Amino acid sequence: MNTSLIKAVSDRFPAAVSATHTYRGDQTVALRPEFLLEIAQFLKEDPALQMNLLVDVTAVDYSAFGKSPAPAFFASSGVAVRPSTQIPDEDPWPGPPEKARFAVVYHFYSMHHKHRLRLVVPVPESETELTSLTPLWAGADWLEREVWDMYGIRFSGHPNLKRILMYKEFEGYPLRKDYPVNKRQPLIGPVN
Amino acid sequence: METEQTAEMPTDSEKREMMLNIGPAHPAMHGIIRLVVDLDGEQIQNADVEIGFLHRGFEKMSEEVGYNGVIPYTDRLNYVSPLINNMGYCMAVEKLLGISVPERCHYIRVILSEISRIGDHLTCVGATAMELGAFTVFLYMIKARESLWDLVEMVTGARMTVSYCRVGGVKADLPQDFAGPCAEAFQEVRKVLAESDGLLTRNRIFVDRMNGTGQISAEDAISYGITGPFLRATGAEYDVRKDCPYAVYDQLPFEVPVGTRGDNMDRYLVRMEEMEQSMRIVEAALRDIPPGEVLVNPETGQPIPAAQMVDLAKMGKIESISGGCALVAPTLEGAGRGQHRSIAVDEKRVFLPPKEDAYGNIEGLMQQFKLVMLGHGLRPPEGEVYFPVEGANGELGFYVVSDGSDNAYRVRVRPPCFAIMSALPKLLTGEMIADIVPTFGSVNMIGGELDR
Repeated sequence: MNTSLIKAVSDRFPAAVSATHTYRGDQTVALRPEFLLEIAQFLKEDPALQMNLLVDVTAVDYSAFGKSPAPAFFASSGVAVRPSTQIPDEDPWPGPPEKARFAVVYHFYSMHHKHRLRLVVPVPESETELTSLTPLWAGADWLEREVWDMYGIRFSGHPNLKRILMYKEFEGYPLRKDYPVNKRQPLIGPVN
Repeated sequence: METEQTAEMPTDSEKREMMLNIGPAHPAMHGIIRLVVDLDGEQIQNADVEIGFLHRGFEKMSEEVGYNGVIPYTDRLNYVSPLINNMGYCMAVEKLLGISVPERCHYIRVILSEISRIGDHLTCVGATAMELGAFTVFLYMIKARESLWDLVEMVTGARMTVSYCRVGGVKADLPQDFAGPCAEAFQEVRKVLAESDGLLTRNRIFVDRMNGTGQISAEDAISYGITGPFLRATGAEYDVRKDCPYAVYDQLPFEVPVGTRGDNMDRYLVRMEEMEQSMRIVEAALRDIPPGEVLVNPETGQPIPAAQMVDLAKMGKIESISGGCALVAPTLEGAGRGQHRSIAVDEKRVFLPPKEDAYGNIEGLMQQFKLVMLGHGLRPPEGEVYFPVEGANGELGFYVVSDGSDNAYRVRVRPPCFAIMSALPKLLTGEMIADIVPTFGSVNMIGGELDR
């Protein structure tokens, strides 16, 4: 299992890294939010890493994690049906971040060294604000706008943080787990 | 009277900027993009792109249905090359499960992905040419695409919304003698490409409109996260199929064409060459594909009608049907017991059994029920994975988080044309208003994956 990237980041910023894993071969580093910009710059500029492509920025709302209904059981017999046996991995997944509702997930790729790294930044509900990566990657602009649009996570230093897929008058953040999937909102537009 | 009119008109020394609103109801904007450009004369000073007109909540819906239920939604992401989306999603979930499909299944997926890629590029180049006045090329290319879609229809039963891949395999095996019609279709495509090349590549009008417009440097393109033919036209060599090979791409011969200037003309040339390379991949894959199983078990001979098979199984007369083949609806053709071994992973917790087993024995019936009953279904272990494939527009990635239940906890698509669209203001600023059309055409914006 290749853990060279995790090692490079955690050697350089021992105080910033809160957890690491390589579940299914994806190298992942969980960080404290205040170090994000610094580490992103290191990833981009360090000659041994050169992660020049910011592939994706997204978020996950972990507030409903593990709360989905248990598998159905045969009521008449009382025999519960267990879920399928899990197919294990060498390095188990550590689970969702503790004490944080959201996790903002960054995927980086290096075109020189052909390696990938994922950064996971826990964001508590009380302080949904992160540093923007727009000074380093122009592509972060729209990706962060989408995270703001869908999850309501602010990015400080972003030049133009407004909704992107939804319209301005839309209320709420549709990909949060407490937003009902069948909720309807009036369409805003000129009256014909 | 005359003096009053001239007083309202701007004088020669006065300059005024004009704001022009293009789209969403503009044919060149494909009905779903709004561009607000500030013009100084004909020159674009600033551009603002508004997207989201086709937002359908793909990511939210994916959290509400089972893992296999997401596949029809992925068809509608990039409706020109849905098979690549199918494949990307299925491979992401397979990675989450920690399983790998049989080699023949990999080959089938690769063959169909490349056929879709050719179709996608034909649409892009054809539409760009049409928007610049070369209507003939558009018609030729759409006709060639039709012959490719006939191939897709032969295999999947549908032209566009194919829903062909399954988590752990594909719906059905290739039809017998698929190589024959494939060669015929490619002959047609090659003829059209040669004709279009003659009509466009040295056509004065086309070259003048494409050369030097919509230019972007490799550094800027990487900074915007642009991938695919758009990035390769700038000279940066990044192709997921070569650099992070998946399925069987590392065993197939192909080259990655790159441009030098990163303008519309280079993108056109890169796409034209990629189509040729895709055909090369398909031809090599059809040659190297491991053989599948025979269609009918020779011992039992004739296929048995499904209802008769169910009756025999209920009475326990399984000797006569145990090796047999069921006569099922034509939509299930190619997914019989024999073919199952080469198209699906051997993992009972993931893939539905062949119909012969579901009808003919209790184990098969239980396997079927365990996978389709509400609250049971396919349950990957807890975890998160990201899996990229090379879509027709660039890196198409799926990030899937599972909480161990039968619905995905989070499905995120990394749409390739999202990054390109975010660079559109940069591409357009400083250009003439007429350059919007070829530049926007070469972006190959697909509303389904852009707005999800």
